[in-house]
Formats: sequence, C-alpha cells, structure tokens
Amino acid sequence: MKKSIFLGTLAVAGLAAGLASAQTLADVQARGTLKCGSNEGLAGFAAPDANGNMQGFDVSLCRAIAVAALGDAQAVEFVPLTSQTRFTALAAGEVDVLVRNSTWTLSRDTDLKLDFKGVNYYDGQAFMVNTALGVSSARELDGATVCIQTGTTTELNLADFFRVNNMTYEPVPVATNAEGQQQYLAGACDVYTTDMSGLAATRATFESPADHVILPEIVSKEPLGPAVRHGDNEWGDVVYWVLHALIGAEEYGVTSANVRELAAAPTENPEINRLLGTEGELGAMLGLPNDWAVNVIAAVGNYGEIFEAHIGENTPVGLARGLNAQWTDGGLMYAPPFR
Amino acid sequence: MSKQSSVAFVRRDMIPPAPPPPGQAGVLRWMRENLFSSVTNTVLTILSIYFIWSVLASIMPWTLNGIWVAGSLTECREIRDARGIETAACWAVINERWLQLLFGFYPTDDVLLSGLFYAEPLAAAGGVEAVFGAGSNATDRIEFVGMMKGDLSNFTIFWFGYWRPLLAVALLVVAVAPILYSSLPRSLLFFSMLYPFIGVFLFWGGSIWGPMTVAMGLAAAFFIGRFVATRFGLLGGGIGAVIAFILIFLNPLPFIDHGGLFPLFPHAKDVLHSIIPFGLPAIPSDQFGGFMLAIIIGTSGIVLSLPIGILLALGRQSTMPFIRWVCVTFIEVIRGVPLIVWLFVASTLLKYFLPPGSSFDALLRVIILVTLFASAYIAEVVRGGLAALPTGQYEAADSLGLDYWKSMQLIVLPQALKISIPGIVNTFIGLFKDTTLVVFVGLRDPLGLTNAIRATGEWNGIYWELYIFVALLFFTFCFFMSRYSMYLERKLQTDRR
Repeated sequence: MKKSIFLGTLAVAGLAAGLASAQTLADVQARGTLKCGSNEGLAGFAAPDANGNMQGFDVSLCRAIAVAALGDAQAVEFVPLTSQTRFTALAAGEVDVLVRNSTWTLSRDTDLKLDFKGVNYYDGQAFMVNTALGVSSARELDGATVCIQTGTTTELNLADFFRVNNMTYEPVPVATNAEGQQQYLAGACDVYTTDMSGLAATRATFESPADHVILPEIVSKEPLGPAVRHGDNEWGDVVYWVLHALIGAEEYGVTSANVRELAAAPTENPEINRLLGTEGELGAMLGLPNDWAVNVIAAVGNYGEIFEAHIGENTPVGLARGLNAQWTDGGLMYAPPFR
Repeated sequence: MSKQSSVAFVRRDMIPPAPPPPGQAGVLRWMRENLFSSVTNTVLTILSIYFIWSVLASIMPWTLNGIWVAGSLTECREIRDARGIETAACWAVINERWLQLLFGFYPTDDVLLSGLFYAEPLAAAGGVEAVFGAGSNATDRIEFVGMMKGDLSNFTIFWFGYWRPLLAVALLVVAVAPILYSSLPRSLLFFSMLYPFIGVFLFWGGSIWGPMTVAMGLAAAFFIGRFVATRFGLLGGGIGAVIAFILIFLNPLPFIDHGGLFPLFPHAKDVLHSIIPFGLPAIPSDQFGGFMLAIIIGTSGIVLSLPIGILLALGRQSTMPFIRWVCVTFIEVIRGVPLIVWLFVASTLLKYFLPPGSSFDALLRVIILVTLFASAYIAEVVRGGLAALPTGQYEAADSLGLDYWKSMQLIVLPQALKISIPGIVNTFIGLFKDTTLVVFVGLRDPLGLTNAIRATGEWNGIYWELYIFVALLFFTFCFFMSRYSMYLERKLQTDRR
C-alpha cells in the first residue's frame, strides 16, 4: 500500500467505509477468493486436517458461499479470528463473511452494524455432571461448584438461571475450554457449563464418556449464524440464500448424490426446479449463475449431509439434530420458498 | 665404612604414590563433602532424592511408554489398554502434526514434491500444467495434494516441501554467525547486510525484483547522500539521502502527481521484471504460522529493536530538550502499556484508520509493534549501562577532541553495551517468548495451532504432549541465547574482577 494513499485516506476513512463495502460480491469475484472469518479451532465446526485443509460445519458454509460466488469450493481464504477480533475484522472489511459460531443478538445486529443472515445452528447453554453425583436435572444443582469460562455470555446466563430457580452455586472461573475440561476432570468442580455443542464435543474426548451426563435443561438461546456488514444487501442476500438453499435442499430431498440427476431435466416438483435453476431465473436475481444451487449442493451436500458429516451422531462430537431438525421433523430449520 | 654405618638406611627410590584412603577421593568424597557433610544436609539430600524420584516415577513411564503411531487419541488409548500400561503419552499427535506446529499452514512446494516423489500419479493426473496450472481445478488439486502427502513421509515433506523457509532459516544462521562470533571472516558481514532481502524473498516469494529493487534503492539513497556530502558537508549529505529516499520509495506530491512518475521504485521493479522475469510463488503472510512465525517475529524484533533502543537511550540523555522529550515520551508510553494491548491496537484499532479493503499486512503490524515495544525496554537497559560508566570516560572522550558520534562509537557505547549484555539478552529472551501472545490477535502461533489441532475430531482432549513439544522448541532457542550471552560476557571481560 502506498504511503500517500494511507495518509490521504486517513481523514476520509469513515466516509469511505460506507461507500466501498456496497459491492462485496463483485469484489469477491474480482479477487477470485472468498475471505471467510472462521474460528481458529472448534471441534466439529472448524478445524484443520493433517494437510492444513479446514474442515467442519461452519467451514462447509464458507465453502458453499464460495461455490455460489466463484464456482470453486476451495477458493476460500480462512481468516482465523478470536472472539475479540471477529467483529472488527468484519467491520473493517478484512473478511467478506463471518461464519464463526457467533450468536445473533440485538446489540450485535444494530450497535455493531452487522447483519446476521439466518441461523445455521441453534445452540444453547447446558450442564455436564459426573453420573456419580446422581443428578438428573439442573434444578437439583443447588450449592454446586461450577466451572465457567469468564467474560462470556455463559457466565451471565448461569447467574440468571440459578437466581431464577432460587439456588446458590460457587463459580470456579476458567479461561478457556481446554482449562475447563482439565478442571472438571480433576474434580475441581461438580458441574461444567458451556454451549451444548461444546459440551458434547468435550464429553466425547473423555476416557469414559458414559461416566458423564449432559443434563436436559438448556438455559439460554444461542442462535449461531453467518454475519455480513450492514449496507450491502446484495451480498447479504447471497449469503442468506446459500444457507437456505442448503436447508431447503434437505427438505426437498436433494442431496449431493442426486443433485446432478435432478438438475439434468425439470422434475415434477416445481420448487426443486426453481431451486436448481431448471425453471425460472432465480440465480440471475441474486447475481449468480442459474445453476448456483446445483454446484453448491454437489460440492458440499445439503444441510443434513453437512450436519451428519461434521457434528452428527456418527461423529466424535455426536450431536442429535434436536432444534436443528427440519421444521417438518419438529425442528426450527425452515427455508423460505424459492420463488 | 664409618660413614655408611652412621646412616642406617637411605632410600634410593621414591615410594610410589598411594591412592588416597577410601572415602577421600572421587565420587565418594564429592558426595560426602557436598551431600552428606552434616546431619541437616544428609536429611535434605535424602528428602530431595525422594522428591526427584517420586516426580520422575510418575513422569518417566508416561513419557517413555509413549505411543508414537496412532491415528487418534481414541486409538492411542486402545493401544495403551492392549499393551496393559497404566499411563502413556500419545506422542502420535506430534508424529502426525509436527510439520503444522513448525510451519502452520505455510504452503508446501507441491510442484517440486510431486515432480520428485510422485511423478507417476502426476503424469496419470495429466502432468504439472493440468494439476497446478492456471486453469486447474482447485478441488482436484487439493485432493491430489492430499493423496500425495498421505503417501509421502513427513520428513520428505519437511526437507523438500518446506525448502523455502528451511533455506531462509539456514541462511539466517549464516548471516547472523559473523555478527555473533568475531573469529569468522569479516567479509561475511556483506552477506549479513544482504540477508534481509534474501530472507523476505524466500519467505514471501513474488518477483525477485521486489526485494532487489528495495535493496538497490536503499543503496542508491546511501551513495547519493555520500556523494552530496563530499560537496556540501555532512548535513547536506543527510538531506540529500533523505530526498533520494523519498523520491525512490514515496510519492512526494501525493495529490498532484498521483500515480505518475513518483515513486520511482515500482517502475524500476516492473522494468526489471519484464527483462528478467524470475520469482517464486507469492505467499501472503496470513498463511504464515507455527514456530516459523515465532522465529520471524522474534528475529526481526531483536535485530531491529537493538539499534532503535540504543538511539532512544542516547536520545534520552541528550542535552537537546526536544529530542529528550520525544524519546522520554516514546519510552514511557510504549513501556507503560502491556504488549497485549499494543497487539490489539495493531490488529483492531488500526483498521479504523485505514481505508476499508486495504489490508496493511497483519504480520507486518505485529512485527512493528513488537519491535517498538522491545526497543523501549532496550533503551532503558542501555541507559543503565550508560549511567554505570564513570563520568571520567565521557570527559576523556571530550578531551581527546572527539565529536559526539565518535566519542559514543569509540569510547562510551562499547563499554556501556558490555555492561548491558545480560539485560539486553534478558529482554530478547522475553521478546522471543512474548511472540506467543500473537495468538490473541488471530495469528497462528504454535500455541494457537495446539488449539486448532485439538479441535479436530481425532485429537480433541490432548494437552500435555502438544504443550511439551512447543515448550521444548522455545527452550532450545532461549537456552542458546542465554549460553551465547554468557560466552560474550566472558570474551569481553577486560577487567580483573
């Protein structure tokens, strides 16, 4: 970067921030890669394999967006972000989209000037105890010592839950999930609490997972979803509809195995035809090729396939679908009509 | 006859030296003198031995029984149970991921690897152009590279896939050696001056003319300054050099001559590149990681902070109020704020002042901040050395008629720096270890990578093995620095203490 540009634009940086961000899709296509803000490492959601390729549930959504925008699932640059740097990185344009298990809250949506584009995982805070304690409900935890990560919303949720239920607890503050696991296993606390997905992943790593039980109460709402900057609605639409194409594809039974076949010729289901671009011009309305959804699903699979591959019951994380099942199966995953 | 009788016996040969009585020599004596010299010492010795034994007894089986070949933590546990051992380290994670801990996600030279060791599958896949060429499919390429790396051993990948960072580090040793050891030929110092440009080229790649033109530009500014100095004196030479530098590297008229002739540097680079196009694939610094990152940040911080720190220390003692105030303010502000805060400033706050979309390299930001931070500390350490010198040394330099720079260079600094060696090395070791703090601003340092490795399904729940490996890496480097400083102190010891 030239020094002169740096000096010249210092003064107008705030003004330019609003102007330059309004064409993210074009920027991504000109650059040839999608910059996706991701977790440095979270079991099941984002982790590097032995060759350094990122894998995971959140990572797959990044790849899906890359396929839609660029036609290439590998054209993603994963920018590792911590919980402190993630929102500034997005606001400053260092990443195009943030898919980093970030909870959708009102203040983040408004005050931080982000746009959350749907929910790809409904999480919630839960409790894990040793079965030896003989506890079967979180309401029996009066007087327990609780390992809790400091400075997170889980800390506040915990205080709320115990106050509402008129119980007392003794917090054992820990800095990271890794430390929490060690403290809990060493018996420094009776209860370990964090998000349900994290607890499940943690429990799966124990020597004897059967000795530990995750209590049924979910004490907070943590809808996790992809976020983009305010003020670029076209790009936000792309992110939103890529996510919901994945969800819709599962509902209509379109999988990575049969998508090419279904897209070869119009089927009897007009919703599938419009989704796959064999009918109508929905792709053009998004500024994408008409077969964008075909490529996305062929590359990464539908929502159910992604779930099962990275965090489903056959993986080490071993999460049940629960709230993340299709609305037809009693869950909350619901794609608006493709029309 | 009579004489002989007066002396009853004269020994004609020496008694052979007898060995000392048992318990008065060797190990036994040493032990008696050092370990069992009194009742208290004996009790303490026995207690210490018991303590060391109990610590080792719990650690050693775990370490030595370690399992080196396994695909996941669960497999490790199965192997351990099958062998009937109670505890065993799962070193398999190091065995599988040590390359990642050393280099992060720095890309390997896949073209070279496949050409040397995987030629047949490469030919089957359609040759270099089809797999790695411009029009190739990224998904296919990554699948091919994944298969290739699965078949090659980690050591093959280490030596041939990472030859660029390895060569850069090897040349770094060559470049640093003549600075550290004065017995080496002085002509090697020329290579030390060139090394920063070679290192940047090897690590970051791109056209070779990028670092080359920067080097030539700096040299040009220097020689122009020297030429002007012969006509208009030292001050004129300095101004000439600065003007030449600005014309070459900066745009002196940002709003009038935008995108025109100035700065000269990119034009020269483009011209040279069009004549001899040579370069390595460019690697952006967000792909740097692992222990390599600690080495890059650490060495650049160390090399840059020493001269800046010395200047700051001299500035703080200056009799010119403006210079003194600037230096004092800089030192106190930088030193008074924790490094982690400066890193957050570098990674988040700075972005609000930069135009959106323009990415001022994250690694560069961190290197600059770490350098400034370390130089503030070095300045104070050197100031301690300056203060320890008797005033007579300053006065002696003045009485010889030396000017300020000469007296500093010949008389004051050599002595002051010698006194400051332990403090300087202490700061350097601290700086090197502090490089792990960059994990908080999202750079993939070794500790951040342990987190990432633990996030995979296979290795979730593994702690000690990864931390021990990282600790050993850092210990090796810090121990070398500490030993070197002791060597240097001995070598420079001129007084008779």
